[in-house]
Amino acid sequence: MSRLSSSGPQTADAPTPEDAFHETATLDDRARGPQRGTEADGPMLAADGTPLKKSLARALRAQKLRALALIAPLLIFVLVTFIAPIADMLFRSVENQIVRDTLPRTSAALATWDAESGDLPPDSAFEALYSDLFLAAEARRHTRLGQRLNYENTGMSSLFRGTGRDVDDFGEANVEMLEDLDDRWEEAEFWISMTSGTGGAAVLDAARERFIRLDDLSTRGPLGDAWCGVKGVFGAPCAVSAEDVDLGFTLSGDFAETFPRTAEAYAEFAVFMAIEEEETVADDEPWEAVYVALDRDLRALSPEELAAYDGPEAEALRAAQAALADVPPVDFRAAFVASDEDWGTVEPWRTIRTYAPPYTTGYFLNAVDMQKTPDGPALRDEDERIYGLLFQRTLFMSLMITFSCILLGYPVAWLLANLPMRTANLLMILVLLPFWTSLLVRTSAWKVMLQQQGVINDVLVWLGLVADDGRLIMINNQFGTIVAMTHILLPFMILPLYSVMQTIPPSYMRAAKSLGATPLTAFRRVYFPQTVPGIGAGSILVFILAIGYYITPEIVGGTTGTFISNRIAYHISSSLNWGLAAALGSILLVVVLVLYWAYDKIVGIDNVKLGG
Amino acid sequence: MAETDTQEAFVAFERVQKSYDGETLVVKDLNLAMPRGEFLTMLGPSGSGKTTCLMMLAGFETATHGEIKLGGQPINNIPPHKRGIGMVFQNYALFPHMTVAENLAFPLEVRSLPKSEREEKIRRALDMVQMGEFGGRRPAQLSGGQQQRIALARALVFEPELVLMDEPLGALDKQLREHMQFEITNLAHQLGITVVYVTHDQTEALTMSDRVAVFDDGRIQQLAAPDVLYETPENSFVAQFIGENNTLLGTVKEIRNEYAVVELDDGELIDCKPVNVSQPGERTLVSIRPERVEINAERLQEGAHTLKAEVLEFIYMGDIFRTRLRVAGKDDFIIKTRNAPDQRRLRPGEKIEIGWLPDDCRALDA
Repeated sequence: MSRLSSSGPQTADAPTPEDAFHETATLDDRARGPQRGTEADGPMLAADGTPLKKSLARALRAQKLRALALIAPLLIFVLVTFIAPIADMLFRSVENQIVRDTLPRTSAALATWDAESGDLPPDSAFEALYSDLFLAAEARRHTRLGQRLNYENTGMSSLFRGTGRDVDDFGEANVEMLEDLDDRWEEAEFWISMTSGTGGAAVLDAARERFIRLDDLSTRGPLGDAWCGVKGVFGAPCAVSAEDVDLGFTLSGDFAETFPRTAEAYAEFAVFMAIEEEETVADDEPWEAVYVALDRDLRALSPEELAAYDGPEAEALRAAQAALADVPPVDFRAAFVASDEDWGTVEPWRTIRTYAPPYTTGYFLNAVDMQKTPDGPALRDEDERIYGLLFQRTLFMSLMITFSCILLGYPVAWLLANLPMRTANLLMILVLLPFWTSLLVRTSAWKVMLQQQGVINDVLVWLGLVADDGRLIMINNQFGTIVAMTHILLPFMILPLYSVMQTIPPSYMRAAKSLGATPLTAFRRVYFPQTVPGIGAGSILVFILAIGYYITPEIVGGTTGTFISNRIAYHISSSLNWGLAAALGSILLVVVLVLYWAYDKIVGIDNVKLGG
Repeated sequence: MAETDTQEAFVAFERVQKSYDGETLVVKDLNLAMPRGEFLTMLGPSGSGKTTCLMMLAGFETATHGEIKLGGQPINNIPPHKRGIGMVFQNYALFPHMTVAENLAFPLEVRSLPKSEREEKIRRALDMVQMGEFGGRRPAQLSGGQQQRIALARALVFEPELVLMDEPLGALDKQLREHMQFEITNLAHQLGITVVYVTHDQTEALTMSDRVAVFDDGRIQQLAAPDVLYETPENSFVAQFIGENNTLLGTVKEIRNEYAVVELDDGELIDCKPVNVSQPGERTLVSIRPERVEINAERLQEGAHTLKAEVLEFIYMGDIFRTRLRVAGKDDFIIKTRNAPDQRRLRPGEKIEIGWLPDDCRALDA
């Protein structure tokens, strides 16, 4: 002791009471020593003069690399199969590109419309919807949008499907007028000669991009390109990407300038033919939308302006303008309302407008029983609220299960920790036995046990405790779920409790008793507080497993004993509303994280022990 | 102090037996009486029953047979928390989830003492073990020696008359252990408490105790003050267990004038004090302490028998020299000589004569 001591002179023949203090003081001094040196002399240097930190880092680098190499396979596996899907799923809960991608012009036209005014949108919106919907219907993407909007406003799905069928016939009179005027209007070559030229590449590119977005033909990106390059070397090249498909057609800049709508519609047609049909514009006459667009363009031009146009087929265009003056312009508004009178109400327009932005809180609002209204988010009607109740029920039942597990598991763990090794091992096997049986078998067994004609009811009736016509309902409700899941999750409570209790020597209880505490006080004040970390670990484990449990509540839960996870599964696999499923999942994740955080604040996560 | 009247004794074991499995006795017919204020150590090898005795006294084990009395009252049926006995455990058993002050408050709280009195007692107890500033720390933040002090303070804070200590210094390093031995005995005498101390470390037993009970095979082999125990062991177990001893086997040749002449197996004769032998012809184990062996023949009594010895090894240990000899055909005969200026340093291979005072050589049971 005195050997270590540097604090004051000591003739330490015999130890003195102060020595213990000097010892601690000395140890502290020694711990501080090097730091003091650092302050005075600058950074510590290794024997060869390099800074000590640097040479230490170099010495440890190989070790670190090896550690990294050891975890790399698992890390990659987890990233690819766990982190990435979860991130994608979470992203889906706010992602809402579909409206903007399917109805780009309509979204733009509705941007300036005042949805609160109660007035219908302007004519330009109807016209925009016509051209958007026509292309979407040709590409058969309009039903998908209808389905998406149907989550927010019931009826949108059938509205889009019905109008998608009719949209070909809008402006039929004007189309026929043109076709009757001159047979050449029905010939692909005529259209090509009229629109071909140079300088209209921008219009074609815009159409191509719009179609790619509409059809979800995502770009490959640098990584995909590199992969395709590798495949090309081995003689199995990737298909030509949508960005690079040859349209077999170039647009005249002059034509595009004079007839912007027609050029846009024809460009879309050309892109559709090339990408979707793998043909070119030369193979077929244009679709109706192109004729309707030309009708709109010709009406927008004065005869003088048209006379100044000197592109190909200018004569035919002038003749068409004159002929079309005899028929009325296409009335899009009337055509839509005629297809479905809902278009004459504000509702569908408002829905499109509300969900036009690329990201939405809609799924999340939905997941908490709210919806978007003109006045901002509001609670749904009483009878439409389901998720709040489901979340409450999930939390309540998970807590019940956790609590039951503590009640049942604590004594067992105590027994395990205090029995002689041999007996404890035997008991431990019994505790672990459930792990060796299939989850499905165990859950089904509970069904057999608990059903109304099941073992438990039969025994109760036989004992005369329950009348034969008053058999207890113990399955397909919350009770059944709690019983079955408590049984299934019990080992997850017992194991951490056991490993914590094992480390508590019996001398603590003895010490407490020798100090005068009754056995109950000794347990309450001394033993129990030391097992709290075990209870904490077990509770976290059981609670988090319970809150996301799926199979057992699905089988024994009936309608009142199901969890939020069952609803998520329903949206993933049956209703296909992935956005909502993702939002529900995200909320579940956040709830668990918040609980975890609260637990850390109250109990302290450092206190959680799974062993040792 | 050697009073064995169980009527007046503070702590008394009367014909106590203990068996765990119903087949073998761990404690066999234990009789022990302790006056108030005594520091008694139970010393023995592991498995000798000393800890079992302590646990029976504390109330954690029940005696299979016999009676344990505390202050004249039988306590066999009193649960441990009502016995009011302070106890210090081998691993201290400080409650890890409580601070030092809370640990000390625990026995006072369960006795429902008012807060002010509690704080006063805690402060006094902490000062007593020089740990006054550590009340707010957790046991894990203390060193082994500091934990030991707190365990001691906790066992004393509710002012028990009897304190039990179960190898309390076993986990400390040598220097700290020696220091704590000193402190514990001081405190015990200062407070006038009765202490039953269990250890397997004979040095600890000798330096700390008023009396030592040497346990073996479930019985007390000898119960005596340390000096008596060391110098006049009553049987060969005690002689060999306490301190270092040289033993030689032989047969008693004759007994006269309170001294015996023992013929060793190789025919040499030595003088001894008969302890467990009474007549010639008996086999005996002769025991001599290494420091009582004399290598300087001039200091021996007139006519004393001497033995031839050959030096095998000489070990310099600072304060003493330790020399291993071959004596009477045995290679493990040790002698210790003080490192004095005129002391001879023996060399391996040297042939010498050794002898001793007959009083230092005890003829025990074989």
